[in-house]
Amino acid sequence: MSDNELKAPDQSRRKFLGAGAAALAGAAVAPGVSLMSVAEAKPLDQAVSDKNRWGMLIDTSRCATGCDACVTACNTENGLHRTEHPKTDAHWIRKVELQNRSTGRRVALPLMCQHCENPPCEDVCPTGASFRRADGIVLVDKHICIGCRYCMMACPYKARSFIHEELHDQVEYAPRGKGTVESCTLCVQRVDEKGERRDPACVEACNAEGHKAMYFGDLKDPNSEISQQLSTYESKEIRTDLALNTGVRYRGI
Amino acid sequence: MKYVLLLKALLVAALLSSAVASAEGRVPVPHPPEAKGEHCVLPTAEMRRNHMKYILHQRHETMHEGIRTPQFSLKGCINCHAVKGDHSYAAVHIDCFECHASVPTDTAEAKRLRQPIEAFDTRIEAPKGN
Repeated sequence: MSDNELKAPDQSRRKFLGAGAAALAGAAVAPGVSLMSVAEAKPLDQAVSDKNRWGMLIDTSRCATGCDACVTACNTENGLHRTEHPKTDAHWIRKVELQNRSTGRRVALPLMCQHCENPPCEDVCPTGASFRRADGIVLVDKHICIGCRYCMMACPYKARSFIHEELHDQVEYAPRGKGTVESCTLCVQRVDEKGERRDPACVEACNAEGHKAMYFGDLKDPNSEISQQLSTYESKEIRTDLALNTGVRYRGI
Repeated sequence: MKYVLLLKALLVAALLSSAVASAEGRVPVPHPPEAKGEHCVLPTAEMRRNHMKYILHQRHETMHEGIRTPQFSLKGCINCHAVKGDHSYAAVHIDCFECHASVPTDTAEAKRLRQPIEAFDTRIEAPKGN
């Protein structure tokens, strides 16, 4: 018997076991609602890859008017503080209220960096500071950002902020400083953390409030809760016409 | 003869002590808080000379590839060392701490560390007289 003949049955056995594990992990308790998803973070010494694409789904029907738990949680997590000049304060996430003029229907939703697959901010950045990580998170490398703010003009979602004043009370995992542009990082420090993956601060806060309007997860993992929700129910990108393929999707707008 | 010797010894001792006293008075001497832990991530001599190169290398990997190994992370430095005070004593101006926190945050340890670091800056004594 040759080596090849010996290897063949082994591989099929592996595939069978793998499929079994995947089926167990994604066991659905109700249509569109999975029991659990495999949410194991990558090891610290491993580079991020395009095997994942991190994204978010926001169910506007569950987003409560007047609630700003996500905004507060984001500010706390990333050390954003009010300055004496509120017009230029940094916002990584905002609560936006929309009203349909003909019907009067109101919708509240959180709006932040949409983590586009083809980000306009990256296109226009003259230094390469705006970039999209392999796993879909759009970031600013503040080491090479020159503060020109082209990205702020290019972003259709008005998601970016410029820091006008010296800062002194940054948190250690979210460096921020004068003369650079910044925006939502999908709490990249949590995404890269070792052990079990934690949701971004806004999602965690929304769940803690009991609204459960935000889902975070891997769009490329068919068993993740977010993928199951997206494949089962209707959802939209904001400004679909721009063909940016955003990582943040909305339901009920 | 014995007395002369003793006198000489006393004189030398007095001179030495006055020299030490004047050195402390004229030259600002840092009293940095002791670094925590048993040893740094590499031998001290290597880290003294090349720490900036290791950090610069790690910077790109962390920012663009999400590699967050603790060995050469800036966060690791600030957990043990009073980085801000040390650099200002060496008259090195670096931009790192315009954005990066220079003390650990959110922990009781951070609050404890903050105190001696602020105290450290004021403990660099100005030259006396003149």
